[in-house]
Amino acid sequence: MDFFSVLYYRFKKVWKSIRLYLVIAGPGLVVMIADNDAGGITTYAATGAKYGYHLIWFLLLLIPVAYYVQEMTVRLGAVTKRGHAEAIFESFGAFWGWFSLIDLMFVDWLTLVTEFVGMTAALSIFGVPAWLTVILVVLLMSIIVLNGRYWTWEKIALGFCLLNLIYIPAAFMVNPSIASILGQGLIPNLPGGFNNELFFLLMANIGTTIAPWMLFFQQSSVVDKGLQEKDIKMGKLDTFIGSIITVAVAIFIVIVTGTLLNGAPIDDAATAARMLMKTNHYIGAFMAIGLFDAGLLGAICISLASSWAFGEIFGWAHSLNTKVKEAPWFYISFFITLATAGVVPLIPGAPLVLITLFVQVVAVTLLPAALVFLILLLNDKKTMGEYANTPLQNIVSSLIVVMIIILSTLYGISALFPNLFK
Amino acid sequence: MRMLKQFIRKIREINQRYAKPKIEMSKGVSFSLAVLRVYLFVLVLLMIYKFITVL
Repeated sequence: MDFFSVLYYRFKKVWKSIRLYLVIAGPGLVVMIADNDAGGITTYAATGAKYGYHLIWFLLLLIPVAYYVQEMTVRLGAVTKRGHAEAIFESFGAFWGWFSLIDLMFVDWLTLVTEFVGMTAALSIFGVPAWLTVILVVLLMSIIVLNGRYWTWEKIALGFCLLNLIYIPAAFMVNPSIASILGQGLIPNLPGGFNNELFFLLMANIGTTIAPWMLFFQQSSVVDKGLQEKDIKMGKLDTFIGSIITVAVAIFIVIVTGTLLNGAPIDDAATAARMLMKTNHYIGAFMAIGLFDAGLLGAICISLASSWAFGEIFGWAHSLNTKVKEAPWFYISFFITLATAGVVPLIPGAPLVLITLFVQVVAVTLLPAALVFLILLLNDKKTMGEYANTPLQNIVSSLIVVMIIILSTLYGISALFPNLFK
Repeated sequence: MRMLKQFIRKIREINQRYAKPKIEMSKGVSFSLAVLRVYLFVLVLLMIYKFITVL
């Protein structure tokens, strides 16, 4: 009897924790899964096609990288109740504040263009014209955002996150060799030795794992959701689960292209989807649907990151819990960012390759600054109190941040000067 | 014109509100910000160089 009482008590306790998690879950999952945006899908597809399963071990290393950086935004948001832009303005003054805000606006807008490029390319595979895709996406995203409740928005976004898992059945459908995945993928190795091409792809994988908008988005999202200090533990768990899912999805994409397109030149995910369709129609279709979903998720988060940041600084009402009448500028800035970025892929002869390269370069100017600010803010004991970084957290996060800064800088410089590392 | 004036006034207001950094400017913070300035300066120089050579 005693045994059953203990068992029942433990079950109730676990069930209570699960229910609490389900309430708090959201910002971490959404930001991490949205991290696999259109650009990310292209990078993973190219990684699999070029090196097969050989770089899966490297993708696994990105779990702690993504987690340690993003969990800091959870603590910062929950303790200060301020978004990242406002925190930078307040702590480091107007110069660094404007620098971050204007840079964020550029990076977000340019990244948003690349998301639309991915979405239009994905739906063109099914014969949907680009203009129709853009109109549908802008309409759909406006409807999602205009419902006036953060909770509803988050649940819809989580629904799209679920669709991002479409790569998992796709990977099973290609019947990969488990022995090859384990043998080639889990043992750290550098296929073909360390060369420029490999280095560029590794840097691209890191670049897609941590993007500037993610820091701003998750912190603002935590604030908008109203997470408190007591929710930090669950918020961190949410981020950790999200980082595992994002890397898992990346690995399944690598498995798909590594199995069916090994050695094929892949410039973008839409090309990969078209090539996959020739082998297996359903897998190609899954790839295209996944690419569209990735672009949509990325677009949802990126456009919100900008609107939240501007709202914080300009003092506009900036919550998804407000109606259009109560926060007109928040929604206007969201819509303008979205619509102007959506128009670009429709312009004949638009320099889309140049825009993609420009995203990498401009991101390099913002990411190091945002990461350095993050660590400095997390060390401000006066504000953070018991939630400030511990010495161990400082060592781990500083190492990760320094590594990201070095690699993303090299990535940006290699985009500026493609022949430099050849 | 009125909107532009309002916008400029708003920018000034923001600049005044955040004129003084609130974080304690310890040696570590000052050093980090100085390194960041140098890093960004070099990066901007590289971009300008690229822009000029492309033109």
